Amino acid sequence: MYTTKYHKASDAANAASLLGASPEAKILAGGQTLIPTMKQRLAAPTDLIDISGIAELRGVTIEARKKLGVLKAKGGETITIGAATTHYEVANNADLAAACPAITGLAANIGDPAVRHRGTIGGSIANNDPAADYPAALLALGATIHTTSRDISADDFFTGMFSTALNDGEVIKSVSFQAPAAAGYGKFPVPASRYAMVGVFVAKSIDGDVRVSVTGAGDDGVFRHAGLESALTSDWSPASAAGVNVGAEGLLSDIHGNAAYRANLIGVMAKRAVESA
Amino acid sequence: MSEGIGARVLRKEDKRFITGKGRYTDDIIEPNQAYAAFVRSPHAHAKVNGIDASAALAMDGVVDVLNGHQLTGDGIGNIICGWGVTSKDGTPMNMGAWSALATDTVRYVGDAVAVVIADSKEIAKLAAESVVVDYETLPVVVGSVEALADGAPQIHENAPGNLIFDWEIGNKEPTDAALASAEHIVEMDIVNNRLAPNPMEPRSAIATFNESEDHYTLYTTSQNPHVARLVLSAFYNVAPEHKLRVIAPDVGGGFGSKIYIYPEEITCLWASMKTNRSVKWTSDRTEAFLTDAHGRDHVTHATMGLDKNHKIVGLKVNTKANLGAYMSLFSSATPTYLYATLLSGQYNIENVYADVQGVYTNTVPVDAYRGAGRPEASFVMERMMETAARQLGVDPAELRLKNFVKEFPHQTPVIMAYDSGDFAANQKQAMDAADYKGFEKRRAEAAKRGKLRGIGFSNYIEACGIAPSAAVGSLGAGVGLWESAEVRVNPVGTIEILTGSHSHGQGHETTFTQIVAERFGLPTENISIVHGDTDKVQFGMGTYGSRSGAVGMSAIVKAMDKVEAKVKKIGAHVLEASEDDIIIEDGAVKVKGTDKQMLWHEVGLAAYTAHNIPEGMEPGLKESAFYDPSNFTFPAGCYICEVEVDPETGVTKIIQFTASDDFGTIINPMIVEGQVHGGLAQGIGQAMFEGVVYDPDGQQLSASYMDYCMPRADDVPMYQVMHQSTECPGNPLGMKGCGEAGAIGSPPAVINAITDAIGNNNLNMPATPSAVWAALQEASKQAAE
Repeated sequence: MYTTKYHKASDAANAASLLGASPEAKILAGGQTLIPTMKQRLAAPTDLIDISGIAELRGVTIEARKKLGVLKAKGGETITIGAATTHYEVANNADLAAACPAITGLAANIGDPAVRHRGTIGGSIANNDPAADYPAALLALGATIHTTSRDISADDFFTGMFSTALNDGEVIKSVSFQAPAAAGYGKFPVPASRYAMVGVFVAKSIDGDVRVSVTGAGDDGVFRHAGLESALTSDWSPASAAGVNVGAEGLLSDIHGNAAYRANLIGVMAKRAVESA
Repeated sequence: MSEGIGARVLRKEDKRFITGKGRYTDDIIEPNQAYAAFVRSPHAHAKVNGIDASAALAMDGVVDVLNGHQLTGDGIGNIICGWGVTSKDGTPMNMGAWSALATDTVRYVGDAVAVVIADSKEIAKLAAESVVVDYETLPVVVGSVEALADGAPQIHENAPGNLIFDWEIGNKEPTDAALASAEHIVEMDIVNNRLAPNPMEPRSAIATFNESEDHYTLYTTSQNPHVARLVLSAFYNVAPEHKLRVIAPDVGGGFGSKIYIYPEEITCLWASMKTNRSVKWTSDRTEAFLTDAHGRDHVTHATMGLDKNHKIVGLKVNTKANLGAYMSLFSSATPTYLYATLLSGQYNIENVYADVQGVYTNTVPVDAYRGAGRPEASFVMERMMETAARQLGVDPAELRLKNFVKEFPHQTPVIMAYDSGDFAANQKQAMDAADYKGFEKRRAEAAKRGKLRGIGFSNYIEACGIAPSAAVGSLGAGVGLWESAEVRVNPVGTIEILTGSHSHGQGHETTFTQIVAERFGLPTENISIVHGDTDKVQFGMGTYGSRSGAVGMSAIVKAMDKVEAKVKKIGAHVLEASEDDIIIEDGAVKVKGTDKQMLWHEVGLAAYTAHNIPEGMEPGLKESAFYDPSNFTFPAGCYICEVEVDPETGVTKIIQFTASDDFGTIINPMIVEGQVHGGLAQGIGQAMFEGVVYDPDGQQLSASYMDYCMPRADDVPMYQVMHQSTECPGNPLGMKGCGEAGAIGSPPAVINAITDAIGNNNLNMPATPSAVWAALQEASKQAAE
């Protein structure tokens, strides 16, 4: 590891100003990607700004939906997750599990226990690893990313492999989304890393809008799948997902699986995601 | 409870390992130590036109930057291969030069060209990055078949066409004739995938040159410190043996990869002399992928002939073995004498012929890895047997049973003389335990759930306990493969066993004490094992090839014979009885049929006080022995693997794995079962998960755990491990060896099971989900045509 200067930020604004003060500074949240990368000497930030101790960046809040009538349909709560909330905290939040089990289930299967106790949702989406799980969830849930300077929709936030709409000196504070009427996540892990070779997140909003996003498979990071969205909009069922002919164009090929295999997995994981929803 | 042979004595060494108190090479800190960081080639093949270390030398804390010209200039010898292999035409193998630091040419990614010695590891690494090397890249070849093709890049001048040797074994003409007249022919292309060894502890060395005594000390991660000292002294000219002490302290796994003396250890010793500092180097995981000798990497074409009664009449095998960029210590023996000599398998085959081409490529050197040649042989044989059974439409168990060797000793056409075994008994035990009869019912049940169920056999045999010195000498080995032991009985009766074997996970501190406890009726806590230090143990050949039991313990038995003889003489003298009436049991020397006895510690005291010992007898009680085995030993067994494949994803789950092994006498069943579990996990790893992948430029695409898949606990099943043993007639304890069997026998069982499940025999290792899914697609495409 190259030498670096460590800062402990006092609050989100302080983190943003420290970040803006040095062009080669990096935010350190859980460090589950950044620290191993630094140890391999593949990253050499001059400054590390630790946000893990900032209380305002941690925790999950769930705001109940305004009563719309006598029908007690599932979903509609406004869920906000602080950027420095760990995967473990997300996975084990009982209220969140009741409101959106797909996201707690997703968090429970990221990495291993050590990773889940350190890694954070903000770190995951800021890094936007093309095989990370959270980007798929936030994209399919139509989430909003709240930063120290603005709100960004998930559609605008994820701009390609390891790339986001974040500006220099901008720090993620939280993410929020409306609890879906139904959602599920189907993940097929790479045998070695156990990152997603293909992860498909399906979500149906309380208004009936269906969004389907795919991680791990795209050659430019997480993306929405129009074919699956339209099939599931007209018929929300496993068979409907399985019936979609998923093409291999634009998909990754690597030593773990070629594009044709990933295309197959998108269909299978979409089907299983709907089954679990 | 007895702690002797057959007892499940808990491992004495585990207390320090489990509590984090093991003492490994990297834990050793010398008062004036500096750190080495190697400057490694990023290119797989390039000329080195110059090295500019000026920036590194100008950095604070940098002691020196040394290169290959300085190293060879100081007379440090090239790295040797310890086994000469002769080609078909009688010529010796074509071996290219390998300097610990490359001088003019680099031949694989990771080849070291210089070393930085600095006050801290961080400074050393930073300085190494600042060394500017002027490389002129050359064309690259990574596969053995491609390297042998016309026009392939030439890697070593003196190995034209990259061919190191073209070796053969067996009876060629009779084999050709048998195949020509055979009723059935089975023909296959078989690839044995390349593996990285991945011991938990990476390689490490700390070398100290003591100028005032003109003496070197090297702590290193070695499976055979005495061999390391011999080679460092006799071939690399570091220092004469009496001026060089090599210590292999606690070593965290080896699997073969720590047999060899690598460039880094040699360089640390030399750099210690150059800088007059202790020099330490510890590999990180990336360096381990880039520089630890890899295993396997065979491309084979095999043809088997059977007569109308399904008896095998001949087997012909051609193998192209990728040996990497340089010849590692046993690289020539692994794909020849440790491989093709086992191609007769458990079967009575009159005609076997194999030829093997050893090939240079621009990859990490390839050498022995757990099983060393024998996994490759059993994979060829057992894939061929299963394929033959499918082709003939017969039960694979029946076909094997029909062809088993049933009488011993049995001379195969490929050197080996099997001494004992009962292959049918192992097969029956495994089939019963695996409920082979009930399989079709389970297959039908799985099909209802949409899963494809398959079953596969592997009836492996291997040659262990290497080996009779004269025999291996006649085959080209540069060393004898005996073992030594010393039994030191202290005046208070406690015992130290000094052994030339080395324990790096095998549990010798436990098992070796058990045979002493058994012999003298003492508790194991009164016995300790000394190993791994050339200043303490006189000489030894180390641990590999499942030899520490059959050879290392046999040497202890021989030394104990001598101790026993002396103890009986002392006992007879003190107790005033005839030597023939003296017995040793329950920690006492007794006169048979009387109540006269001396306690064990009284004998020790008598020997050392020497107040009352037979006239003319030397005082003391210490004996040593060298044991040279009379033959290889032949562990064998039957493994049955049952899998379920998810046709949607290609994911394979091992439902049941049954292992029936014949290891001869078992000293500690718990430790033996542990060896089998670990071996099976490694074999399953090779079959389903692991594989080194190079791109055409010679870059490893799998050089971290993000891409190189080690089997994890949830990838392997609960094993059914059992034994059905015949005693080995070749050594005093009747032992055969158990260290490698699991890794040797399991890969074909797994692949036979998966190919049975998916109905496509065309499947290479590792059978990853994507590979299995592709094979399923191919099968359904063929079915549609």
